[in-house]
Amino acid sequence: MIVHNMISRVAQRRAAAPHTSMFFRMMVRAAVLRRGRAISALLAMIVAAAVATAMLNLYVDVQAKLRREFRRYGANVVVLAKAGRALPGGALARIRSASGSGGIAVPFAYAVARTSDGHSVVVAGTDLEQVQKLNGSWWAVSAWPKASHDALVGNRAAGVVGTSGQPFELSFQGRTVRLNPVGTLRTGAAEDSRVYISLADFTEWTGVPYSTVEISAAGSTEEIQAVIDRLGQLLPAADVHPIRQVTEAEANVLGKMRSTLLVAAILIILTAAVCVLSTLTGWVSDRRRDFALMKALGASGRMLQGFFAAEAAALGAIGAMFGFAVGVGAAVWIGRANFHTPVTPRFSVLPAVLLGGIAIALIAAILPISLLRRVQPATILRGE
Amino acid sequence: MFLRLLYESFRRQKRRKLLAGVAIMLGVGVATAMIAVATDIGDKISRELRTYGANLIVTPQEDSLDVEIGGVNLKPPSDGAYLSEADLPKIKGMFWRNNIVGFSPMLPVPVTAGTQQNLTLVGTYFARHVLFGPQDFVTGVRTTHPWWKVQGEWPDDNSSDVLLGDRLAARLGRTPGQEIEIAGQLRRIAGVVSTGGVEDDQIVAPLPLAQQILGKPGAVRRVYVSAVTKPEDAFARRDPRSMSPEMYDRWYCSPYAQSIAFQLQEAIPHSHAEQIRQVAQNEGTVLSRIQGLMLLITLASLLASALAVSASMATAVIERRSEVGLMKALGAGNLAVAVLFFAEATLLALFAGAVGFTGGALLARQIGQSIFDSQITIQPVLLPVILTVAVLVTFAGSAAAIRRAVKFDPVYALRGDA
Repeated sequence: MIVHNMISRVAQRRAAAPHTSMFFRMMVRAAVLRRGRAISALLAMIVAAAVATAMLNLYVDVQAKLRREFRRYGANVVVLAKAGRALPGGALARIRSASGSGGIAVPFAYAVARTSDGHSVVVAGTDLEQVQKLNGSWWAVSAWPKASHDALVGNRAAGVVGTSGQPFELSFQGRTVRLNPVGTLRTGAAEDSRVYISLADFTEWTGVPYSTVEISAAGSTEEIQAVIDRLGQLLPAADVHPIRQVTEAEANVLGKMRSTLLVAAILIILTAAVCVLSTLTGWVSDRRRDFALMKALGASGRMLQGFFAAEAAALGAIGAMFGFAVGVGAAVWIGRANFHTPVTPRFSVLPAVLLGGIAIALIAAILPISLLRRVQPATILRGE
Repeated sequence: MFLRLLYESFRRQKRRKLLAGVAIMLGVGVATAMIAVATDIGDKISRELRTYGANLIVTPQEDSLDVEIGGVNLKPPSDGAYLSEADLPKIKGMFWRNNIVGFSPMLPVPVTAGTQQNLTLVGTYFARHVLFGPQDFVTGVRTTHPWWKVQGEWPDDNSSDVLLGDRLAARLGRTPGQEIEIAGQLRRIAGVVSTGGVEDDQIVAPLPLAQQILGKPGAVRRVYVSAVTKPEDAFARRDPRSMSPEMYDRWYCSPYAQSIAFQLQEAIPHSHAEQIRQVAQNEGTVLSRIQGLMLLITLASLLASALAVSASMATAVIERRSEVGLMKALGAGNLAVAVLFFAEATLLALFAGAVGFTGGALLARQIGQSIFDSQITIQPVLLPVILTVAVLVTFAGSAAAIRRAVKFDPVYALRGDA
């Protein structure tokens, strides 16, 4: 009776004491002894995590990349002086500071001048360097004016002012100016009928101030709206609005691309998960004999589940982290290969990938183990 | 005997075969859907890019210079040539007629409205039925300028109702339903249009009204055309007159903006057509970026599918090591065992692959419907290609596993030491 009590008390103490050192030793040895299977399971996990990370990274970043491509369309916000009035002095400086670091703001001033043989032609004064940044992808310009009194002549206006490359004269309200046609411009729109000169030359000659500022604001739809609101407050006497042709079409295409990428990402991550699941299931069912042995030695069902779950979670976590690193590298490479600018690694994706990896590893481990729990250890040890 | 082994293997080990089969189905399904989407996405995004509006413009050949600031035309109305409205339906007779999404003629006319002078009234189509031969289609600014928003209603193309630009309406204090005096006659204001462009200060009216005010029935100043085009390359920019007949045919039969412009000039007499560069040039860049991205993503998905299929096949084979050992103990040679496993793999890959392909095709159709509101069709020639690749990948996945399995000593299998 006393012996029985002693044994039961020892057993209780033993049961209460933590088995940590044995636990970790078993886990590490399991991996070391069955290196081959553990490594292939880990590899599957790394590849799946890499693919998932690359896809998620792309999904988050591609929008920013595509928006940059859409900025080639030129201005998406315009500031117009209200009819009959001019923009207040210093408006351009205020607009430039309000439109943010990625924005380009270009002033335009217009006047109707006459050529020496009496034809009317529209002359525009602008900041030609900034126009090149704003519209360079679609203004087909043979040569940009650099010096004072150089002019860029639209290819239809060239028929009126003379195409031979000789300097020509234009007069506005009695004042004449002599311009050198340095290059021709072709756009297929209203610009083809105009002559463009620098704003300094224009104001010196006509005295007409700029009436329009075209702005290319970078960022998402909300950021652009914020710029418009800020400009509206800064310049209450002017009309500020988005160029809806550009902004609405951009929002439409980006929305469709985003949906397509999301679907692609989900499909690919699902496939990668299946790859991991099948490899891990194989690895776990390989450990049947270890499981049976531990059960025969007296491990409780819960402890066994805990042990294998911890193993699987460790595998999932390590694989996910390495996979994350590889995936980020792949995403950066894709960004460079396709968009010629690297994709910035999004570390916000790491928790999702880590949790996903651990979850899949756990699912792969728990299912076979809970199935095996019902089987007698002896059967497994016998080899059936 | 071989066939019986094969049949029994499928009949007795349904669960294992099912798991491997599901993996193959998923892999093939995802690969099919991604390939279908990637091949079609160029066309789909091209059509979505049409929301930027017209990418081609047709003007009279002998046109004189536009003198226009902020939508106000300072050229005398008698100046300049006109195109004929009767020639416009011929656009739908061109080779590339199916790429023409819509067209809108424009006729700006200077008018006085009440006390306001120097206003421009632009005559155009809103959603006009145009007949060409047996074809009947609808075209107008509602197609070529989709960012125009109307508060009120769009005027009927045969009526004399007008739209006021929203800034003009604010200045005149007019709302939809009221009337406005244009060129001496009262017209009903059907709505107020907001465009974000120069039209906000103009009056937009049906084309016959503008022609009547101008006194030139059937006249059109310019035509905006919205067409689905292929991105421009060096070949597109060449001069068609300098090409050999075969190259000319190839150029003519490619939907470059240049070749469609060339054909527009052929269809409409005395015209000059060119691309509106702001729209046409940039869509090529955006399209090539998107197609490049989709190609890379499709390759990634094919890789993931191949890995999933080979991993599940390898696992399925490894699990049957003891069976292999047993077969070898009974006298089967390595080759016979390998052939049996490969035969199983082929059958599994063919059946599961076919089911996966159908699933993938349905998935692609669903994606097309929900995201792009149009069909994504799968080329039937894709089925044998995908099945072949599925079989090859299944082989590759099982090959290493089979090789390891046949090296397994039969003694261990018989002892139960798998």
